[in-house]
Amino acid sequence: MYVLLPVALIFAAVALGVFVWAALSGQYDDLHTPALRILHEDEPAKPVQPER
Amino acid sequence: MSIAESVVAHPVAASFACAHCGLDVPPGLVDESVERQFCCQGCRAVYAVIHEHGLDRYYAFRAEAEAAPQPASPTGRSYTELDDPGFQARACWTTSDGLAATELYLEGVHCAACVWLVERLPSLVPGLVEVRLDLPRSRALVRWDARAVTLSAAARQLDALGYRAHPSRGLEAQALRRREDRRMLARIGLAGAAAANVMGIAFALYGGFFNGMEPEYASLFRWASLAVTVPAMIWGGGVFFRGAWSALRVRALHMDLPISVGLLAGFVHGAVNTVRGTGDVYFDSVTALIFLLLAGRYVQRRQQRVAADSAELLASLAPSAARLLIEEGVREVPIEALLPGSLVEVRAGDTVPADGVISAGRSALDLSLLTGESRPTDVGPGDRVHAGTVNLSSRLEVMVERTGEDTRVGRLVKLVEEYGRRRAPIALLADRIAGHFVAAVLVLAALTFAFWARVDVGRAVDHAVALLIVTCPCALALATPLALSAAIGQAARAGFLIKGADVLENLTRPGRMWLDKTGTLTEGRAALLEWWGDPGARMLAAAAEAHSSHPLARALVAAVAPPSDVPVAIVETQGGGIEGTVAGRAVLLGSPAFVRARTGALPPEFERRARELPADGLTPVLVAVDGAVVGAAGFGDPLREDASAALARVRRRGWRVGILSGDDPVIVGSIGRRLGLGPEDCRGGVSPEGKLRAVEDESAGGSVVMVGDGVNDAAALAGATVGIAVHGGAEAALAAADVFIAHPGIARVADLLDGAGRAMRTVRRNLVLSLCYNAVGAALAMAGFINPVVAAVLMPLSSITVIAHSYRARSFARPEPPPCR
Repeated sequence: MYVLLPVALIFAAVALGVFVWAALSGQYDDLHTPALRILHEDEPAKPVQPER
Repeated sequence: MSIAESVVAHPVAASFACAHCGLDVPPGLVDESVERQFCCQGCRAVYAVIHEHGLDRYYAFRAEAEAAPQPASPTGRSYTELDDPGFQARACWTTSDGLAATELYLEGVHCAACVWLVERLPSLVPGLVEVRLDLPRSRALVRWDARAVTLSAAARQLDALGYRAHPSRGLEAQALRRREDRRMLARIGLAGAAAANVMGIAFALYGGFFNGMEPEYASLFRWASLAVTVPAMIWGGGVFFRGAWSALRVRALHMDLPISVGLLAGFVHGAVNTVRGTGDVYFDSVTALIFLLLAGRYVQRRQQRVAADSAELLASLAPSAARLLIEEGVREVPIEALLPGSLVEVRAGDTVPADGVISAGRSALDLSLLTGESRPTDVGPGDRVHAGTVNLSSRLEVMVERTGEDTRVGRLVKLVEEYGRRRAPIALLADRIAGHFVAAVLVLAALTFAFWARVDVGRAVDHAVALLIVTCPCALALATPLALSAAIGQAARAGFLIKGADVLENLTRPGRMWLDKTGTLTEGRAALLEWWGDPGARMLAAAAEAHSSHPLARALVAAVAPPSDVPVAIVETQGGGIEGTVAGRAVLLGSPAFVRARTGALPPEFERRARELPADGLTPVLVAVDGAVVGAAGFGDPLREDASAALARVRRRGWRVGILSGDDPVIVGSIGRRLGLGPEDCRGGVSPEGKLRAVEDESAGGSVVMVGDGVNDAAALAGATVGIAVHGGAEAALAAADVFIAHPGIARVADLLDGAGRAMRTVRRNLVLSLCYNAVGAALAMAGFINPVVAAVLMPLSSITVIAHSYRARSFARPEPPPCR
């Protein structure tokens, strides 16, 4: 018990840390557009080359 | 597309959909010999650009997105103001990899296909590195290589695709708010994690509570939950402690105060018991409380943010460029770079960028932004013009005298800002209740302690603390914000952007409602309201006006729909009228003075009409055919169809309605009569400062609501209890108002009042519900029946009731056509 409880709390703290980092780095700012963006990635293979 | 083509219907077998936007193609534009049809030149141009770059997949995406169709309208502007060093220093920054970056507001992005097309931009413009679109906020983050390409090139390409780019305004304020939002989210995460873990530990303690537990383990669990609660208290609960402290310092009672008392009582009591190694701990209730309250607050902030963001987007739409006349020609510069003494060109349809004097050209100006006067004013060389007014008919050259904040508009905007800062906060329903609530709870806790102290001091402390915790107003604090934010969210979808939580409450206290005439009661455009005389002459007059851009001419053409195949040869006199031949007959029409000068004295009945029409608030136009006056037309701003019915609805709610307009008192009086308003409620010719005075002088009880759309209303909008800006309003009006209505018409104001009434009923029911829970809890605590298990059950139950009730309530109906988001 003296081991399990701290271990569980450490796991929770790590998960929380990840969430706080994600929130503070702005990954929850726009929850709408990224969901649409994934629709666009299935373009036919040819990568677009900028003209030079 | 000429007017005639849209009015005259050709019989066609089938209707065609535009290849770009999907709208029906007007019959006059259908060319059956080609494969693709377009509804306008804008769509044709945009389609060509998309097709040429091999981006046709846009249309496949769009079909999936089921977006509302919108015709495209590229402007062909040069956007060189975006390359101005002054603008770049202000709005652009350099990223760590040496690229330039800025944020642009894009007009016309509305679905997944737009995201795809906009983010393909780097493949069209070499040197552009990345474009990331934030669709809900219509903002694009643009990164580019400043050595290889200019920002204006990107903006021109966007324009060619049908998206107009505007420099984003208020970047710092946004960044600040975004940081605050992120921090709030992190706090909620922390509080939630703490609540969940403490809850898990509490289950073990409850198990021990019923079945017995070694004191050693019970102590371990208490210490563990204390350790988890401390960060949640400091970081999460700190929000409430700070709020309560700042409210106390100004001697006000705020909802944060009872919350803080409850949180502190629970935490300190639990901490003491943990150290002593015996007694109840309420850490699970404390952490759950912090989590729920923070979440409620976040939801509310987000809804208000939506409204504030939208108002800022509209602000970004204000003209940002002026056309500076220099020796080599015309250069587009940002408005901020204009200096007094420079010469600018104002084309027909453009907004005047600064205060100044006309040096060349004659035209009609729409001054309604500044004066509320709906009739166009004729101007010529030497006349003074003000920033924000719109040039209606032909090109002007203006010598700039004052710019930016020194212009008349700028000074009004400043007045509005000052007013916004001075405005005293109004005690809201929930905060008023909170005051009584704190007093009641503290008295009850003292009574409980005094009563149980005679039995046992230790149990007296336990019971008093249990009372403080179980009555900690979780549900009470959630009741108002949740119900209001749910209502504000529904309102936003229905086209009402509400900027503050107090707006809905203030709208349910009927008092005085002042309406600005233009935009709310009337259509805000000239129309043919009266015709007297020969109908054949009316047709000839309309044919003569078919190609004029004068507002009255357009109104006549819209009302009569003349045939387009009549041979017409006319001469237009600015500020007078036109004369010429139509189908071989000499036609002359214009103001009475213009006609009188050419035909001599008018026949008596027409002379009478020329006098009577202005008295009714109408603009008279006389028509002469072959040298004889045969018709008289009265032009005015027609009332909206729904104005009378909607006004009656507003009055039934107990509001005293009046008109407060900058327009001619005669016109205001005539509109008031048509709506059944008393003469004392119709004030015309009121200056912007006069409007503010009228709003401030309103001493009778209830709220003072100002409904308006122009800069001339802005000060009054800011000074009123609730300022409502209506559709098509000016930038300053939007910034000053508490509510922005995205659809035209006074009927929407009545809808807003109905919705506010329903929302406040929900709030009151919520408050009653949560007070009932608290009464039960307090009674149990005073009787000594509360232990941590009862508190843990009662607390979330009351919150869930309130949450469910808030989100079930329908305060604002959804609009009929679903919005495209």
